[in-house]
Amino acid sequence: MDIQVRVWRQTDSSDKGRMVTYDVKDISPDASFLEMLDVLNEKLILDGDDPVAFDHDCREGICGACSMVIDGVAHGPERATTTCQLHMRHFKNGDVIDVEPWRAAAFPVIKDLVVDRTAFDKIIQAGGYITAPTGAAPEAHATPVPKKDADLAFEAATCIGCGACVAACPNGSAMLFTAAKVAHLGLVPQGQPERDTRVLDMLQAQDDAGFGGCTNMGECTTVCPKGIPLTLIGRLNSDYRKALRNSNS
Amino acid sequence: MAVDTKVPKAPAAPVRSRKRTSSVLLKIIMAVTGILLILFLYLHMIGNLKIFFGAEAFDHYAHWLRTIATPLLPKTWFLWIQRGGLTIAVVAHIAAAIILARRAAAARPVKYAHRPKVQGSYAARTMRWGGVIVLLFVIFHILDLTTGTLNPVGDKSHPYANVVADFALDRWYVTLFYTLAIVAVGFHLRHGIFSAVRTLGQQTAKGERIARASALVLSLILVVGYLSVPFAVMTGLVD
Repeated sequence: MDIQVRVWRQTDSSDKGRMVTYDVKDISPDASFLEMLDVLNEKLILDGDDPVAFDHDCREGICGACSMVIDGVAHGPERATTTCQLHMRHFKNGDVIDVEPWRAAAFPVIKDLVVDRTAFDKIIQAGGYITAPTGAAPEAHATPVPKKDADLAFEAATCIGCGACVAACPNGSAMLFTAAKVAHLGLVPQGQPERDTRVLDMLQAQDDAGFGGCTNMGECTTVCPKGIPLTLIGRLNSDYRKALRNSNS
Repeated sequence: MAVDTKVPKAPAAPVRSRKRTSSVLLKIIMAVTGILLILFLYLHMIGNLKIFFGAEAFDHYAHWLRTIATPLLPKTWFLWIQRGGLTIAVVAHIAAAIILARRAAAARPVKYAHRPKVQGSYAARTMRWGGVIVLLFVIFHILDLTTGTLNPVGDKSHPYANVVADFALDRWYVTLFYTLAIVAVGFHLRHGIFSAVRTLGQQTAKGERIARASALVLSLILVVGYLSVPFAVMTGLVD
């Protein structure tokens, strides 16, 4: 199939950037979206042009590196799918596809489609961990965890930190990410001692990184490749309120 | 195929010297003040509906508002305390909204070239401008039916007459603005009530369905209740 892509090109953070149109011919419908960009880049290299820079790593939908907004939708038109797992058969011959980076002040563009997601690391560093002495793994049944909590904790823990929630949010908010991280530790017994400081510190790091606030629109959960539920944001709000009360008493 | 790519300069991370007020705290302020204002809207609506019991009942109710809590408090004191409370709630609600809206605008300095319509409901998308319409209406409404400045009758001792004069057919633009504002309130609350409940910690899928359904029903009751008055005047049911 033959398509056209309009790709965001930006040489560095000081460049203003622009959309540039490229023809991509003879693409297999079974190619992934990233493989289509690989084909484009090989052609650009042969022509002596600068290839399009984009983030990618595992290419099997689990690392969270690939990050592009395709026709205005983070990770493209397929629900619960990362860009690397999106295939060209979901497009038609002759389509013009717009490809842009995540757009957020907290995620400055490094080059083309590559953005700096250090802000997410800062949120994790603020409290997305459990302070515990390392050593031999304890016996698995030493600390019982109710099945319901374990399931929800696992669902929250599937967040791969790609940043699609921020890219899709009309407010550029990172609440779904922060909520998932707060929930997956807050639901298990090991996470209880730091439950209050975790939510306060991670939320502070999120707000200070320049993300917007949540207005409960639900765009984030719609584009999330892991389908992190919007209800977790309510859980963060509840944890935050309890932490405020505890810190004042 | 290794090629030299131009190594870009590292982007400057946004530096913030002062810690931001928590976005969730600002949202809790909006949720609590919003709920207080909804309670007021419901009481106000019940009072409005007294118009269907005739001029005497309606005027009696309006005068009673000035004597609430007497003789514990002097006459009209309760009314002024309540007005003070409502003003504080409105100012806090709007102040938090402005801070959050400015942050949201700053959070996406470069817009998307291609952006399909946001999937959130119409109500959710119009919270900010809908809120502005409601604020403008509240200012007009106070000048119209509280102070009487913009009312054709403006007789404080006969509120029934003021209302009937207000929604007369030749003042169709007042009725139109009133209707627009009430519908804006309805949309604002349809998302606002759900959003407030979520902000205060609602976190189950079943609870979300209940919260969304309640938001719709509570908003609809308000819209129908408030709009029944001008339409009753226009159709001559109340005169």
